Amino acid sequence: MATSLNGSKTASIIGRAQALFDDLNFTAAREWKAAAPGRKVIGYMPIYVPREIIHAAGFLPLGIVGGGDQLEVIHGDAYYQSYICRIPRSTIELGVSGRLDFVDGMLFPSICDVIRNLSGMWKIMFPSVYVRYFDVPQNYRDEIGGNFYVHELAELMEGLGELRGRPVSEEELRHSIAVYNENRRLVRELYTFRAKCPWLAPGAEVYLVLRAGLVLPVEEHSALIRDYLAAAASEERPMRDNCRIVLTGVFCEQPPLNLIKSLELAGCYVVDDDLLLVTRWLTADVETEGNPLQNLALAFLHHSESTAAKYEPDLKEKGQHLVRAVRRANAEGVIFACPSFCDPALLERPMLQHVLKDANIPYIAFKYAENSGQMQPIREQAGTFADSIKLWSGT
Amino acid sequence: MTTIVAPKAAPAREVEKDASMVKQKEMMAAHYDRLTSAPKTGEKVVSTFVPGNLNELIMCFGLLNNLPEVNAIQSGLRRQSGAYVLEAEKIGHSEDVCTYVKSDIGMMAKGNIGPNGKRLPDPDVLLLSYTGCFTFMKWFELLREQYKCETIMLHTPYMGDGKITPNMIEYMVKQFKGEVIPALERISGVKFDIDRLREYLKKSVRAEDDLVRVLQSAKHKPSPIDAYFGGIYYIGPIFGAFRGTDDAIEYYQFLREEVEARVAAGKGPVTPDGDMGQERYRLVVEGPPNYTNFRQFWKMFYDEGAVVVASSYTKVGGVYDFGFRHDPDKPLETLAEYCLGVYTNRNLPMRIDMLARYVDEYEADGLLINSIKSCNSFSAGQLLIMREVEKRTGKPGAFIESDLVDPRYFSAANIKNRLESYFQMIEQKRAAARAAA
Repeated sequence: MATSLNGSKTASIIGRAQALFDDLNFTAAREWKAAAPGRKVIGYMPIYVPREIIHAAGFLPLGIVGGGDQLEVIHGDAYYQSYICRIPRSTIELGVSGRLDFVDGMLFPSICDVIRNLSGMWKIMFPSVYVRYFDVPQNYRDEIGGNFYVHELAELMEGLGELRGRPVSEEELRHSIAVYNENRRLVRELYTFRAKCPWLAPGAEVYLVLRAGLVLPVEEHSALIRDYLAAAASEERPMRDNCRIVLTGVFCEQPPLNLIKSLELAGCYVVDDDLLLVTRWLTADVETEGNPLQNLALAFLHHSESTAAKYEPDLKEKGQHLVRAVRRANAEGVIFACPSFCDPALLERPMLQHVLKDANIPYIAFKYAENSGQMQPIREQAGTFADSIKLWSGT
Repeated sequence: MTTIVAPKAAPAREVEKDASMVKQKEMMAAHYDRLTSAPKTGEKVVSTFVPGNLNELIMCFGLLNNLPEVNAIQSGLRRQSGAYVLEAEKIGHSEDVCTYVKSDIGMMAKGNIGPNGKRLPDPDVLLLSYTGCFTFMKWFELLREQYKCETIMLHTPYMGDGKITPNMIEYMVKQFKGEVIPALERISGVKFDIDRLREYLKKSVRAEDDLVRVLQSAKHKPSPIDAYFGGIYYIGPIFGAFRGTDDAIEYYQFLREEVEARVAAGKGPVTPDGDMGQERYRLVVEGPPNYTNFRQFWKMFYDEGAVVVASSYTKVGGVYDFGFRHDPDKPLETLAEYCLGVYTNRNLPMRIDMLARYVDEYEADGLLINSIKSCNSFSAGQLLIMREVEKRTGKPGAFIESDLVDPRYFSAANIKNRLESYFQMIEQKRAAARAAA
């Protein structure tokens, strides 16, 4: 990764994103809320919630993805056995320590049993907060899963309307869909840009830019991506002889930023990943005309990312999204980085590895925790992987 | 020359079983024989799960119900699961994930030999009743990859807000009508007959009534049953392949009469070492048991005079003791309601309410949690559950850890120490209460 950014526009943008990332008090979100009366903040956990509905209510969606490697977990560990992953304990730490005391609501999406149960814990521990387990269909037929999902969305919209004191209108939601369509287009552009020239958009920078979207109002985030794309494209950075990899398994508990940096230092350009999927869960624009809930439901059913938390009805299609990601980004291999004790990622991994093997795509796998500190083994493993690709691919 | 004569091992003590356990064992053995004979008899096999088990519907199509969870339990009880789990880890499955899954996959890799020593048949269809456990979805995706057979997803929404909504029921009924039933008709070649389903559901109700009377008999002092270790035998038929059958009606009637006779005689539960002695502690237990050391685990309780009067694990295949019964007048809706109501599909506040209610209604000394390493559906949040139940009931809680079928996570000394400390704590509470009176 190039480091000669002192004083550059890119450095300034990344500096801001890094400050947002480091701030475990969520000052930006607090300031947004304090700036006008009646404003509310709705937290959400991975993997996906329709942020459009929160936005339509005039609220700020705030992505909560654990405490990272800078949060000392004191209380959170008292709520979990040693064999449960890190993200719920650091999230509880954020809550118990008062860092989320300005959050008016929390959404816990359907991703795994740990996050599911955390929704009930939150109800008990923070009874004054609006808490909702956000279920999504595992049936993708319009008249079955689609109808169920429209009702779920309507309940969410109604709940947020009650919190606001005034129902959320369809017109407000249509406007928010358009705003998020724009944001998703920019995120896709960012990913396309990185896949094309990863030396200009290092993985850690792209992550920080994306991560800023969990805290900032969407309009500000869109502006940030635009600025970054322009700045990064004009930056002069050397192209290294790195291999190109897709990073997968990182869709819930976040890897330490140092892990992403270590991969690149070890000779791997990250050209695609499943980090912070909420920012690009819907893979195409959502229709802005007609019934907005119906439109969100159709987008979910037919144009959304594949991941471990979703059932794949077609055996032949299982894991093909990863093969397509490799081809699309012109990647040379896949790195499975899964959080320890992460059921979705770890149960899914063998199936994906079989698909990659059939497609002759090399891969390696390791585990991490959000507070992993020792990167040397990962760097060595990734470095060996990069060397093996460079030396032996095509033979 | 000195000849060293090895001392003869003491003959293993015969495990005592009450008559209902013997009957249940015969039923299970007959079912496994039917399963392993399926390739010869031509019967088609459907694999599915205990929570959300749709046995009545499955029988409408003449299909045989195979439950991989029960196979894993059988492997655990027979001390085979440890090798199966290692086999699965050897072929790439993480040490972190569910050992039921790994036991099943390891068993498959080693020839899929069932508890009767014969090969279990490949399923003709996987009925993925996705109820109360995320792992179920991945488990059957993994099996589908191996068996390459048709897989039917039935998604049961989670009771996140502690209630069943009309939207949830409608969603599930639509899945029955639009996905599950057409697929089962196609695979079995049998047309769906809703009246046949009604008849099976009527039979389910009779067995459910008797099961509840058996479980609630533990309100007596002494309790005539152990509702955890013994309860696991009692739920076997109704959670497995027998709900909706005449066999289940007969078994539960027989069991109820047996238990009523024990109540009349003022007897406690039957343990593997015979009738339990004096009842000293009454516990409510949350979480599944360990199966690899099942008897040793149970002995730690009955040696101390501890009897489990209510447990959550005996509700994973259906919660009947708060009034739910299958309703033959609404056959599909009632199946939906059944799936939605199973224990692990209830949110944490509901689980806490249930457990606190058990402690009060069964006059228990407290709540013991057996936290299972590989079952996040049960385990995530249990420490909060313990604290909340303690707060509401004023009774002490305790926490032990083990695993379902992975012997590496059963530490007998550790568990025994904790149990002994817990019993001491109960004694101290009692002494304090006596002193205050």
